[in-house]
Amino acid sequence: MIDDKRRRIGREYFWFALALIVILMGSAHAATVKLLNASYDPTRELYEDYNKAFAAYWLGKSGDTVTVNQSHGGSGKQARSVIDGLEADVVTLALAYDIDALAVQAKLVPDNWQARLPNNSTPYTSTIVFLVRKGNPKGIHDWNDLVKPGVAVITPSPKTSGGARWNYLAAWAYALKQPGGNDAGAEAFVKKLYKNVPVLDSGARGSTVTFVERGIGDVLLAWENEAFLAVKELGADKFDIVAPSLSIVAEPPVSVVDKYVDQHGTRKVAEEYLKYLYSTQGQEIAAKHFYRPRDPTVAARYAKQFASIPQLVTVDAVFGGWTKAQATHFADRGTFDRIYGQ
Amino acid sequence: MAAPAAAFEVKTLSPPPPPRRARGVLPGFGLTLGYTMVYLSLLVLIPLSAVFIRSLGLGWGHFYEVVTAPRVVASLRLSFGASLIAALINVIFGLIVAWVLVRYTFPFKRLVDAMVDLPFALPTAVAGIALTALYAPNGWLGKWLLPLGIKVAFTPLGIVVALTFIGLPFVVRTLQPVLEDLDREVEQAAATLGASAAQSFVRVIMPALWPALLTGFALAFARAVGEYGSVIFIAGNMPMKSEIAPLLIVTKLEQYDYAGATAIAVVMLVLSFGLMLGINALQHWALSRHGGR
Repeated sequence: MIDDKRRRIGREYFWFALALIVILMGSAHAATVKLLNASYDPTRELYEDYNKAFAAYWLGKSGDTVTVNQSHGGSGKQARSVIDGLEADVVTLALAYDIDALAVQAKLVPDNWQARLPNNSTPYTSTIVFLVRKGNPKGIHDWNDLVKPGVAVITPSPKTSGGARWNYLAAWAYALKQPGGNDAGAEAFVKKLYKNVPVLDSGARGSTVTFVERGIGDVLLAWENEAFLAVKELGADKFDIVAPSLSIVAEPPVSVVDKYVDQHGTRKVAEEYLKYLYSTQGQEIAAKHFYRPRDPTVAARYAKQFASIPQLVTVDAVFGGWTKAQATHFADRGTFDRIYGQ
Repeated sequence: MAAPAAAFEVKTLSPPPPPRRARGVLPGFGLTLGYTMVYLSLLVLIPLSAVFIRSLGLGWGHFYEVVTAPRVVASLRLSFGASLIAALINVIFGLIVAWVLVRYTFPFKRLVDAMVDLPFALPTAVAGIALTALYAPNGWLGKWLLPLGIKVAFTPLGIVVALTFIGLPFVVRTLQPVLEDLDREVEQAAATLGASAAQSFVRVIMPALWPALLTGFALAFARAVGEYGSVIFIAGNMPMKSEIAPLLIVTKLEQYDYAGATAIAVVMLVLSFGLMLGINALQHWALSRHGGR
């Protein structure tokens, strides 16, 4: 009996496989375009959804099948891979500094890449919030609670994690915007905050594991989308999200890699791929993955799911753009090195 | 050596051999040496010279400035210090493991023997995550160590644990064949001559083991110095305290500072090479002194 059944199932598989092969061989003759999107770690699920939506859109518009392959890793590491020869058609990274590097280090994109798409080439944004243990036992409500003695703060090293640089700048901006705030005061505040950091992981996911799995620390500084994902995946009974009074608009930008799209002849579809992120459907997908949409109508529709933060500042307004922020704070002998006494 | 070889040739070769090539017993010396040089150049020499050349972009003054920065010095001290301690631990406990595996039979011996290789086979990141989960304050082991005031994960001690883990197979696997070759009759002879167990261990067994022990030590040490994947999870990565030199290299790369990264790499290379030379010399000395094979 069982043997017979197994044989029947085996036969079904055989026909299924054969059908699949025939279909695949047939489709090989239709026009197919391949794109490679080099992105950073937490966008994996977002782009899995988005790629499907874009493929359907592009098939309807041009009749071509487009397959988008994804490569994920730390933002800086991804930029370095592209500089060293990973032929990505588009990059979607955690901060403008990493795409600037493509222009400065290897001339893969023009210097004005960020002006080519609306909103500084950032189709969606996020911000920095606090993830605390359920019930908020340490009573953490704002940035000044993080420097109190006995509070352990988990955040990755801004030297190795692009995402963590936003955390650092958000804390700095908070101190700066307090009454009588200045750079010296902000540096002292941030220094005090990092005194409360027991572990500096090298990347954002590492910090999440330290906080969630190892049970270390009272508060995790996280991107809003990561915090919501953590709560969604790990249960709302374990963590709460706390919105501080001020935070920074985290802008993960996107760009076509000019040198490689021209080599591959994929410029048109690659540009469409990024433009479609700004469409209603693209914005909806971003919002579903807890990124804040730029489109006001979509934003209004999803407003309830995001933390309400009274004051949101940008890196351009407070720090004069990424190049300057990087040089002042994260380069060798910048403020981050200084607060660790070097 | 020369006399028997000559006699051998005279007896077997009826036509007179070409005068210059008479000494080679094994054929193909030229070919294999050429192959060796090409292979080593492609695999080792060229990539390493690329590292040196890239660091030259810095200029001497800047190079010196990079590698003597307090944070770099602290990380180098930690990397080499922790590797040294880990290799020493491995020499002692690796010797015991190898001894037990060679000299005794017990149930599941094959299984235990295979387990020794696990640190080889495991992706180092997996090892790092597993060790961190174990030794974190809420982990199976960390939970019990914490009340004793011992913190392992996220401290330099955690780094030593990770480096010991990955280095173990090197010592065990270099010692095993030597221990197997060791003639037990020599120990029995020592015993009949009135040597105590301790005496025969120190004066009969150890001299034969020294060269292999040094090789195992050198391998475990070298592996530990370059280790990144497993350490990064358990170290905590605090500047000046638990930051290893390879992490600083990655940090520099993250800022697109290729020259600075290679500068640290060059220092690590030179230090490692110097230490390896030293260990080799020690081994040579041990071999000549004890007449081991």
